[in-house]
Amino acid sequence: MKLNLKIWRQENASEKGRLVDYQLDGVTTHMSFLEMMDMLNQQLIEKGERTIEFDHDCREGICGQCGMMINGRAHGPLANTTTCQLHMRSFKDGETIYVEPFRSSAFTVLRDLKVDRGSFDRIIQAGGFISAATGQAPEANSIPIAHETAEAAFDAAACIGCGACVATCKNSSAALFTAAKVVHLAILPQGKLETAKRVDAMVQQMDAEGFGHCSNTEACEVECPQGISVLHIARFNFLYHQSRLMSKT
Amino acid sequence: MNGLNANIPEGALEDKWSNFKEKAKLVNPANRQKMEVIVVGTGLAGASCAASLAEQGYRIKSFCFQDSARRAHSVAAQGGVNAAKNYKNDGDSVYRMFYDTIKGGDFRSREANVYRLAECSLALIDQSVAQGVPFAREYGGYLNNRSFGGVQVSRTFYARGQTGQQLLLGAYQALMRQESLGKVKTYTRHEMLDLVLIDGKAKGIITRDLVTGEIERHAADAVVLATGGYGKIYYLSTLAMGCNGSAIWRAHKKGALMSGVSWIQFHPTSLPQSGEQQSKLTLMSESLRNDGRIWVPLKDGEQREAGLIPEEERDYYLERRYPAFGNLSPRDISSRAAKERIDAGFGVGPMKNAVYLDFSRAIKAQGKAKIKEKYSNLFTMYEKITGINAYEQPMLISPAAHFTMGGLWVDYQLMTSIQGLFALGEANFSDHGANRLGANSLLQACVDGYFIAPYTIPNYLADELKAERIKTSHPAFDEAEAQVKAKLQQLMESKGNFSVDHFHKTLGKLLYDKCGLSRSKEGLQQAIEDIKALRNKFYTDLKITGDEHLNSELEKAGRVADYLELGELMCLDALQREESCGAHFREEYQTADGEAVRDDEHYAYVSAWEWKGENEQHVLHKEPLTFERVSLTVRSYK
Amino acid sequence: MVKAKGTTTQAYKLWMALTGLFLCVFLVIHVLGNLQLFLPAEEARIQFNWYSQLLSNNIIIKVISYVLYLSIIAHVIYAIILSLKKQKANGVKYAYDQRGAVSPWYSRNMGVLGTIIFLFLIVHLKDFWYQYKFTELPLDAQGQKDLYTIVISAYQELWYVILYEVGLLALGFHLLHGFFSAIRTLGLYHPKYVKLAKWVAWAYTLVITLGFMAMPIYVYLSN
Repeated sequence: MKLNLKIWRQENASEKGRLVDYQLDGVTTHMSFLEMMDMLNQQLIEKGERTIEFDHDCREGICGQCGMMINGRAHGPLANTTTCQLHMRSFKDGETIYVEPFRSSAFTVLRDLKVDRGSFDRIIQAGGFISAATGQAPEANSIPIAHETAEAAFDAAACIGCGACVATCKNSSAALFTAAKVVHLAILPQGKLETAKRVDAMVQQMDAEGFGHCSNTEACEVECPQGISVLHIARFNFLYHQSRLMSKT
Repeated sequence: MNGLNANIPEGALEDKWSNFKEKAKLVNPANRQKMEVIVVGTGLAGASCAASLAEQGYRIKSFCFQDSARRAHSVAAQGGVNAAKNYKNDGDSVYRMFYDTIKGGDFRSREANVYRLAECSLALIDQSVAQGVPFAREYGGYLNNRSFGGVQVSRTFYARGQTGQQLLLGAYQALMRQESLGKVKTYTRHEMLDLVLIDGKAKGIITRDLVTGEIERHAADAVVLATGGYGKIYYLSTLAMGCNGSAIWRAHKKGALMSGVSWIQFHPTSLPQSGEQQSKLTLMSESLRNDGRIWVPLKDGEQREAGLIPEEERDYYLERRYPAFGNLSPRDISSRAAKERIDAGFGVGPMKNAVYLDFSRAIKAQGKAKIKEKYSNLFTMYEKITGINAYEQPMLISPAAHFTMGGLWVDYQLMTSIQGLFALGEANFSDHGANRLGANSLLQACVDGYFIAPYTIPNYLADELKAERIKTSHPAFDEAEAQVKAKLQQLMESKGNFSVDHFHKTLGKLLYDKCGLSRSKEGLQQAIEDIKALRNKFYTDLKITGDEHLNSELEKAGRVADYLELGELMCLDALQREESCGAHFREEYQTADGEAVRDDEHYAYVSAWEWKGENEQHVLHKEPLTFERVSLTVRSYK
Repeated sequence: MVKAKGTTTQAYKLWMALTGLFLCVFLVIHVLGNLQLFLPAEEARIQFNWYSQLLSNNIIIKVISYVLYLSIIAHVIYAIILSLKKQKANGVKYAYDQRGAVSPWYSRNMGVLGTIIFLFLIVHLKDFWYQYKFTELPLDAQGQKDLYTIVISAYQELWYVILYEVGLLALGFHLLHGFFSAIRTLGLYHPKYVKLAKWVAWAYTLVITLGFMAMPIYVYLSN
C-alpha cells in the first residue's frame, strides 16, 4: 500500500516544529507501524536526510517507551494498544496519516517524536515505593494476601508508564498514572502503612511537574495499553481526601 | 591478568556462601559515603544492585540508555521466577533446584555458583513480596506456583504473564526511593562507551548523553556492568531494539575475559518472521506448550491448510522423538527439533519458516472457555500481531534468539578479570552453563543484584578505601575520551552506501545460519571469514545521516560495530568447542538419531577469551569445571 | 518533598465537586417549586406566590441562599482557575486532534456548557430573581408579590421559551457529566456503587432537566 505521511519534525526542545509531508510506497499490511517508520527512515538515509527520531524499545507492548499521536489518537486508532503493537492492517491504501509526539508541557519534545517523560520518574520518586530495604523482608507467606486483593493490585501495577493517558487527556492530567501506583501500593498490606504520606507527596509532585487536573472524561482508560480502570482515579481521590482529613497539619 | 581463579570459598557446597559472608571485609558506615560505585544498566540486576548498595550508604551513579530506568528489558520477561520454597510440598529443595539447574545447563557451570543461586532464591521471593510485587495467590492468601519446562516440581512464582515487569518495577521503585534520598543519581538516555582503567583497576566510564551528544566522564571506586545480553546480535530476536553488547564488549577490549560466548538460547515459541522489514520476533509464553501440540505436515510440499490435513498426515515430531517430555521438552531440544523439520523442507506458513502449535485437541477436550481462561491474553496478542484467530487455526511459531548464557567471565564474587569491574545478570556468563532453564533468568539477575553484589562489592571496596579518590582529570580519562571521540567521528564521517540496519541484518542472517541452532566446522570457518569481510565493508561503506546530537543511527552504528567483532568471537568459541552441549549443537557431534554428544573428557571447562587487539587472534584461557557433588550424566528427555 | 505552589489541583477539584453537588441539591428544590406552576391557574398563582415568599423570608433559607450564591461564584472561579491551569499543562496544541473519539463530547466541554449556563443564569436572575427582590411588583389577592404573573407572561414569547430550552439543555448535559464526575472526584470507587451512581446520575439528570424544560413549554402552550 501507499501512504501519505504528515510527520512532526522538530530539531530540539527550544525550536519550533512543523508537520512535514512524506510519501511511502510498498508498505504491507502485516508490518507494524514502527516497521513502517523504519522503512521510511531507510529511505531518508538513502536520500542523505536526517532520520525521524522516535522512541521505541521492546516492540512487544510492555516497556512503555514507544508512543506517538497517530491520526490524532494516542498510540493510534486501536484502543488499549501500544504504538509498537499497531499494525498497518489498521490503515487503508492511500490514507493520510498524521504522526505527532505526545504533547503536554510536562513532556518536553527532545527531537521529532521523542519526548522526555522524566516527570513520571519524579512522581515515583516522591513516594511510589514501599520503604523496604534489601534484607528487611519477612518470610513471604507470613503476609497472606487475598487472591482478589493480589489480582486488584496487579491490575493497578500493570501500568507501563507510556504516557498515553496524559497525551489523550484534554487537561494533560497524570491522574491515571499516579493513581495506578498509589492504589497498587495502598491495597497491599505491605504498602498500606505509607499511604497517607505517599499520596500527598505524589499529588504535590504531579502538580509541581505541571500536569493538569482530572475531569473524569475517561479517555485515558480507552487509550491505556493495559486498560487500567479509571476507578483507580476514584480510589486515589478517596485516599487523597482521607490523607488530608486525617493529617495533623 | 589474575589467572583464572574463580575464588571459590572453602567448605562443603552448602557452606561456601555462608563462609564467604562470614569472612567478607566490610566498610564502616561513615566511610561508605565517601565511596562511589557506577552501575551501568537499570534492569533487574542493575537496579537491585544500585538500590541495595545505596541503602548501605554508598553513593551510586546509575546509567541506562532508555528514557527511564523502568524500561530495561527485564520488563519483558513473561513466565516467572523460580525459588526453592517448596510451598507445594512436592519434594523441592535447594539441592534439587541446584541439580535441575546444573543439569539443565548441561554440566557447564560451576557447582558453587549454581548452589548459591538456588540458596538465595528463597530470600528473593520474600524481598519482592515486601516491595509490593503482586505475585499470584491462592484463595487462602498464600503464594501460588506453577511448573515450568525441564523440571518435575512446581517452583515458579508468577504475576500473570508479566512477572518480569512486576519484579523490575519493585527494583525500579527501590532505586527511585534511593534517588529521592539523594543516594543515587540516575542518568537516563546515557550510553556507556568506554571503561577507564587506572593501574589495572576499573575506576570510571566514559558516557555519551544521547540527547545532547555530549561525551562525559564519570569516576568511581568500582564499576558494575549489568547491561544484559547480546542476543540482538542476530537482529531478529526476542530482545528489545536497544539491547546491546557494547558495554561488555568495550570492557572486554580493556582486558575483561569473555566466556561461553556462543551459548545462546533460542526460544521455541516465538512468532516467525513474516517479512523483510520485520524488526522483532515476539515471544509467545512457553506456557502455551502445556496445551498446544506442535506439528508439521508429513508430506513434502504440502499445500493444504492446516485444518484440512488429516491426523495421519501430521508429524507431531516432539511427541515422536521425545515421548516422555513430548511438547514440554526443554527449550534447546524443542528449538532444534523445529529447525530440523523446517530445514528438511516441512516448514509451514507463508515463508515456510514455522511449525504449527495446535490447540484443537485441547479445545475439544477442555472446551474453548477453559482455554480462553488460561491463555486469552496470548491469543489476543497473537491476533493483534498476525490477524489470525488461533482458536480456529493453529498458531505459527518458530525458534528465535532469546538469551545469552555467555558474557563476561566472572569469579565467585562476580568480579571480572579486571579488578573492580563487576558483571551481573545476563551480562556475565556464570550460572546457566550451556542452557538456561525457564524462569531462572529473572532469578539470577535479582540474586546477583540484591544478595551477592551487596556482599562482594564492599569486600572489594574495603581494600580500596585507602586508595586515592580518582578525579576525572586523570590522564586515563583523557585517553579514553579521545578514543571514544575518534571512534564516533570515524562513524559520523562514513559516507558510504549502506545504512547501519543493512549491516546488522546481514550479520544477523549470517549468524542464524552458521552460528545459530546448529553449527558445523565448515560453516563456522566460513562465517568468520564472512564477518571479517562484512566488518571491512562496514567501515568503508557505511552511511550515517544526521548530526552528532540526538541521532539513533549513530547509536546503532556503535552497537553494530561491536557486534561485528563479537560475532566473530561467537563463531570462534563455537568452532573451538568440539562437542555438543546445551544450546551449542555441533553437527559433527551427534548420535545417529540426532541427539547431542557431550565430551566431558575434553571440554568440561569454561572457555575464557582474551582480547589481544584489533585484527589479532583471541587467546583462550580455560577454567576447569570440577564436579564434587553431581555426577555427569547424559541429558535425556526421551 | 516538593511542594506544589498553592492549592493542589486535587483540592480545586474537590471544591468543584462539593459546590457542584450543592447546586445539584438546590436544583431539586427549584424544580419542585416549579411543579406548582402546573396547577390550575388560580390555584397555581396562590401556591407559587406563597412559596416564593416563604423562600425569601425564612431565615434558614436565607442563610442557605447565601451559601448558594457563594457556591455559584466559587464554582465559576475554580472552573476558571482549573481551565487556565489546564491550558498551561497542555502546552503546544496538536496539529491534528482526534482525541474526542474516545470520550463523550459533553464531558470534554464542561467549560463551554458552563459558560452557556452562566449566561443563561444572568438572564434568568435578571428577569425573575432581581425583579422579585429589588423592584415593586403588583400584589395578588393574598397580598403577596405576584411572581406568578411575571413568570407566565415571560413565557408567552416564543424566542424566550427557546432561549430557556437551549439554556436548560446545556444544563442537562452539564449535569449528566457533572453529577457523576463530582461523585468520582469525592472518591466513590467500588464498582458496584459506581454503577449505582451512574444510574442515579442519569435518573437525576433526566428528571431535573425534563422537569425544568417542560415548564416553559407548558406555560407557552397552555396560554
